[in-house]
Formats: sequence, structure tokens, C-alpha cells
Amino acid sequence: MSTATLAPAWRDSKRYLWLFGAAIMLVPVLGGLLYEATGWAVWWWLGPLFVYGVIPIADWLVGTDTNNPPDEIVPTLERDRYYRFAVYLAVLTEYVAVVWGAWTVAHGDLAWYNLVGLTITIGMVTGVSINTAHELGHKTDKLERWLAKLALGPVAYGHFFVEHNRGHHVRVATPEDPASSRFGESFYAFLPRTMIGSLKSAWELERKRLARKNRSVWSIRNENLQAWAITIVFFGALTAWLGWIVLPFLLIQAFYGASLLEVVNYLEHYGLKRQKRADGSYERCRPEHSWNSNHVVTNVFLYHLQRHSDHHANPTRSYQALRHFEEAPQLPSGYASMVVLAYLPPLWFKIMNPRVVAHYRGDMRLANIKPSLRDAVLARYSRSAAAG
Amino acid sequence: MPFKKWRCVICDYVYDEELGAPNDGIPPGTRWADVPDTWTCPDCGASKADFEMVEID
Repeated sequence: MSTATLAPAWRDSKRYLWLFGAAIMLVPVLGGLLYEATGWAVWWWLGPLFVYGVIPIADWLVGTDTNNPPDEIVPTLERDRYYRFAVYLAVLTEYVAVVWGAWTVAHGDLAWYNLVGLTITIGMVTGVSINTAHELGHKTDKLERWLAKLALGPVAYGHFFVEHNRGHHVRVATPEDPASSRFGESFYAFLPRTMIGSLKSAWELERKRLARKNRSVWSIRNENLQAWAITIVFFGALTAWLGWIVLPFLLIQAFYGASLLEVVNYLEHYGLKRQKRADGSYERCRPEHSWNSNHVVTNVFLYHLQRHSDHHANPTRSYQALRHFEEAPQLPSGYASMVVLAYLPPLWFKIMNPRVVAHYRGDMRLANIKPSLRDAVLARYSRSAAAG
Repeated sequence: MPFKKWRCVICDYVYDEELGAPNDGIPPGTRWADVPDTWTCPDCGASKADFEMVEID
């Protein structure tokens, strides 16, 4: 057809790689099969080995890709249903992994240390599934919005669906956002603040929305309650089928999965702040308000989540069309490596704090600083700026 | 014709025709139809097509 000859000669080099997003959900099953074949207990830990080891090393080996789709091809790329089905598939494989994991807990006769490995490994799957839900939950399509809630079921984090779009996107990179980390705030200080703050905010957002429609917060239309109901039904069904033994497994893996999302939140906006205008409102979220990375391997597994600036500028843009911005602050490595660093606060501060300072050219009044450290940080950097 | 309000379906931001969006160069009194298609939600960046009309309170 003539349209083929008119189409620009740009091809999505990652087109088929996007299926890895669904395939990674089956890593626990792969670990189980490898254990069957070898008898090595280490295979039950394949999830953390993969996320903290294989992906960071692969990121380092494969490197970065700054390739952007040309503007004229973006509408066609956005309409290509293939990309959407690749994400739907990840919801299916997530459920396969969690059901398989629960069955193995109940009937696998595993030693306790293997059970711990399996629980963490399944937590990785459901944690990464929050990224699947993220991709789906930004769409206005009804089916996709339901699939987003479904993907959040096994990780018991249904309120993310509400809080992310209407809370985080609105307040991103401001002191008011529980999910934007502050300069000098360790991951371990951030984790309870974001978990509790996001939950409260999601509840409040739905209470207000329902109040506008003259409905109680306890309405069936409360999207938090809808999403949590999926968790209750799913956990309840597995417990009824496999016994009480699976309940601690489900709860621990869910907490672990949620912590994985939050450690990624931690590194996405660390120390960055939108400035206030004269009228007291915040400036728009711009590329300089998110940390980015072009490391290919993590980008493939996380649907270009690391092209985070474009995501915040164009939240309904599909993952395959997200662009790299030259002016966006770049992390030294992919999110998977940076997560490991975030677990080690002294190392994180050593590597990231100078980057935040450099980003603001030493003017730390512009940064989002942990309130208890604010005076000390300002004093320190104003001195060094004066001395420099 | 009375002014109308439009709500962003992504984040709940309300565009009030009476107030406009002066920070984005859209003066008070600008009708929704006259807001450029390239304008995006000031809070979350959603495109104009992602808004829906809300009833006047």
C-alpha cells in the first residue's frame, strides 16, 4: 500500500524486546524448574539475583540508547495495539507466577530458607507489576484502568492507582509529595513516609471526589475499595484453596513488592524541586524535575519508566513513544543498579548528593531538602559557594 | 452564556472559563473551545482531550 512507502523509515528497535516485561514475571517459575534440574537452593533466590545482579550487570554491558521516535511517527506508534497487548500479557503472567508461588509454598516441601527466597522472588514479580499497573493506569480506556487495578491486586497496593495520577503527578518534586524523596533523606526514612503518606492521600482524594457526587467514602465507587477488594478476593481464594500457610507468604511478598516500588520512587525525584511562582502555585513539572536513565535493559523491563521526564510531561503517552531529553538530569546507571545504592544510604549520599548540588549549581535553596537538615545544608553549600 | 468548568479526568484539576489559566497565557474568560489544543493540564500534563466537562456547581 502507498502508506507503507510514505511512512518514515524509523523502526522501533525495542519492539519485540517489550515482551520481556511479561516474561520477567515468570522468573520464579524458571527458578523452580532450575531447582528441579539441579537441586541447588540458590534458584529460589532467582528474583533478587536477577533484579540486583543480572540486570545491573546487563545494563552496564549493554549500555544506553538515546534513540527517540520522530514526532511524525508518534501517533502511529501510539495506536499500534501490539504494544498494549504486550502489557496485558504481563498481568496474566503475574497471576500465573503468584498462583504458582502460593501452590509451591503449600505443596513444595521447601526448607524455610528456600521459602524465604521464593517469597522475596514472588515479591519482585508483584513489585515490578506495579510498573505494569502504572503503564495501564495512566490510560483513559476503561479496560486498561481495570487491568491496572487487577495488576495491583497481588501486591495489595490498589490505592497506587488513585494516588499516582491524582496525587503524585500533581505534587511531584514538591515538599508536599510523599512519593518525592528529599535531599539528605535515606531510603529507610522515605519508606514509611511515602507508604503512609500515599495511603492517606489516596483515601482523601477519593473521599473528596465522592463527596462532590454526594456519596459516602464507603461507596462501591471508591476506587481504593474496588482495588483492595481484588486483593481480598485473590488472597481469600488462595487461602481457601491452599490453607492458612499461604497467608503469611502473600502478606510478606506484598510488602516486599511495595517496597520495591517505593525504592524506585525514591530515586526518581531525589532532591529535585519545582519552584513556586509569585502567586504561590508551583511551576509546571519540567524535564529537570525527574532523574532519567537510558540504560536499555532496565528500560525494556520497566517499559521506559526511566524516561521519566517525558512521562511526567506527557503522562498519557504510551511507553513505546517516550523520549529521551538531553536537558534531563541523568542517573549514573539504570534504576536497577541505583536501587542497590539506595539500600546503602552512605553510598547513595556520596554518589547522588554531589549530583543534586551540581544540578542546582550549588544553590541548594532550589533543592527539595529534608526539613531537619535544611539549615545545615544551606549553611554548608552557601559557604562552599562563597569560598569557590 | 454562563461560564463553564472542565475537569481533568487524570488528576481532577478544574479549568474554569471565568478564571482561565493566566500562568499559561490563557486570559480569564477564555472559552474552552478557544483554549488551544496544545494546552495541557497545568497539574499533571494531560492533554486537552483528556478533560471532560463538569456541571456548574
